[in-house]
Amino acid sequence: MLEIAVKGNKNYWLWIIFLLIVIGIGSLAYLDQFFNGLMITGMSRDVSWGFYIANFTFLVGVAAGGVMVVIPYYLHDYEKFHRITILGEFLAVASLVMCLLFIIVDLGQPVRMLNVLLYPSPKSMLFYDMLVLNGYLFLNIVIGWKVLEAERNQVEPPAWTKPLIYLSIPFAIGIHTVTAYLYCGLPGRGFWLTAILAPRFLASAFAAGPAFLIILCYIIRKFTKFDPGWEAMQTLSKIVCYAIIANLFFFLCEVFVVYYSGIPGHKTHLQYLLFGYHGYNALVPWMWSGFIMMGAGAVMLVIPKLRSNYVLLPVACAMIFIGAWIDKGLGMISGGFVPSPLHHVTEYAPTGQEIIITLGVYAAGFLVLTILYKLATTVKEEVNG
Amino acid sequence: MMEKSRRRFLKVAGIAAIGLGAAPAMNFAASDSHGLAKAVKNKNENALAAKRWGMVIDTGKLNDKVAKQITNACHIQHNVPDFTHEVDTEKFPDTRPVNHKQEVKWIWKEKFHYAFPDKEDEFLAEKFHHLPFMVLCNHCKNAPCVQACPTQATFSREDGIVIMDFHRCIGCRFCMAACPYGSRSFNYRDPRPFIAQTDPDFPTRSKGVVEKCNLCAERLAKGEQPHCVEASEGAIVVGDLEDPESDIRKLLRENYSIRRKQSLGTEPSVYYIV
Repeated sequence: MLEIAVKGNKNYWLWIIFLLIVIGIGSLAYLDQFFNGLMITGMSRDVSWGFYIANFTFLVGVAAGGVMVVIPYYLHDYEKFHRITILGEFLAVASLVMCLLFIIVDLGQPVRMLNVLLYPSPKSMLFYDMLVLNGYLFLNIVIGWKVLEAERNQVEPPAWTKPLIYLSIPFAIGIHTVTAYLYCGLPGRGFWLTAILAPRFLASAFAAGPAFLIILCYIIRKFTKFDPGWEAMQTLSKIVCYAIIANLFFFLCEVFVVYYSGIPGHKTHLQYLLFGYHGYNALVPWMWSGFIMMGAGAVMLVIPKLRSNYVLLPVACAMIFIGAWIDKGLGMISGGFVPSPLHHVTEYAPTGQEIIITLGVYAAGFLVLTILYKLATTVKEEVNG
Repeated sequence: MMEKSRRRFLKVAGIAAIGLGAAPAMNFAASDSHGLAKAVKNKNENALAAKRWGMVIDTGKLNDKVAKQITNACHIQHNVPDFTHEVDTEKFPDTRPVNHKQEVKWIWKEKFHYAFPDKEDEFLAEKFHHLPFMVLCNHCKNAPCVQACPTQATFSREDGIVIMDFHRCIGCRFCMAACPYGSRSFNYRDPRPFIAQTDPDFPTRSKGVVEKCNLCAERLAKGEQPHCVEASEGAIVVGDLEDPESDIRKLLRENYSIRRKQSLGTEPSVYYIV
């Protein structure tokens, strides 16, 4: 089936070459980091996780979001999702590839990475995160590939894929729950020390993942002869709508608890993000734009007339996707580290080189996504045409 | 076809079996000539031991001069890099500019409201505003960093010292997020250009690993007191928390003491007499 990926038109190859160039530049920037250490990043003694881990966290969500097409189709026999289920699964694969790359570029000693397997530590949440992330990646590759192959040969997928598909559902919930547990089980970080963190992660994931999927459907419609189906996209947009409202609701619950109880160890972080703390306010405009984008996107999706507008739908989805990225990617990680456990304020901003490496990882993910989507859409074109 | 592949398999399996049989014999031959390389535990008879090591810091006996002495003694002899140190450009050409926010420190002074942010008080007694509070790894009984480490590079010893294997650490910095006391530092860069004089008695670290206070485990093993204790002019005492007759238990019996963020349940082993 992979031979499909080497047959493409000019646009396809230009896009692939573009991605390869970005990957190349990112790799050079990473080589420099590899030899000189993480000193090239904006991270510090006080803010010891930055852009890499933030993007990792966000993309775990995008990967988990794929389950929002799997559940309706496989558990509720919702036929309209038949055409896009594979897109959700392949989006999960590409996102997970990026997640794993982000973990690797964040390590101080990447060559010792396998120590996690050599000395398995069941008390560490990172151990479980490794298990569920790799498990979910494996499941989605196998399921996506086998189901697509069956469709190409116009036969039923092998029976053993069914239990794997059912297994992939708790795994999707699992990857983001365990990723939240990385943060919310730490006693000294008041910002993350909240039981709502995992539900909030899931809600924002189930908004960001499907929102991105809708945008991808638009791109597929434009560049291929395969039509994912307007009705499927409309159903997806309702899922995005409910999920983003849940995310905002959970956030407001957090705001209430933090401000009404007024406990300083919890309040200072939110104060820093939303209003600034002791004159430090680098993230304030970002956070407000993020929440305004998520809120406005939610309103646009609630109103049926706007939701079913072909031009406005991708705009609303983009706003929600970017808003969720700011919330989780920028605020969630930095917010936990500022102020520090000693209540010193050290602000964080990624360096240019850090951003280039990040873009390189994204380009690698998009390369995987492009190839997988090329396979999926070509097979669907063949079958339907 | 089937028959042939089976015969082939048996043949390969047979060769493999010979190999398996040969291995112990070869090991035996090898061990005969060189002797088994067996690790020998060598315990110094003078080594200081405890059921659970703890530390008491009598803050009233500290001043800025002694505080500086303590930090220097610890940092210099543990090869902790000093980013203000002028780099020898002949030995380390191409050393890039320093980001002081990426500094490394094991023990340092803080003001009261930073060392004890949960005890911040508008009407704090005047003298507390000026006293230097030495902060370091608390060697917690329930150490969150030990729990977080995915490779057991950070672990609790039986005697309560929370210690690190610098060669196993993968630099994920999960322990730094887990530590409620900000006691851990990461080597964002190679620390060696910033060590004025390398102490051969303690390893230098490479870039990409976390480090922190080890309660001078290497000195206790030789029967010596930690560097900070020696430099503190009597302000810092270490001893066995589980032994009711120990010096530090006596100090804790006779003085009111506090610990950092006690409410978190990490059970710090460093006590402050205030």
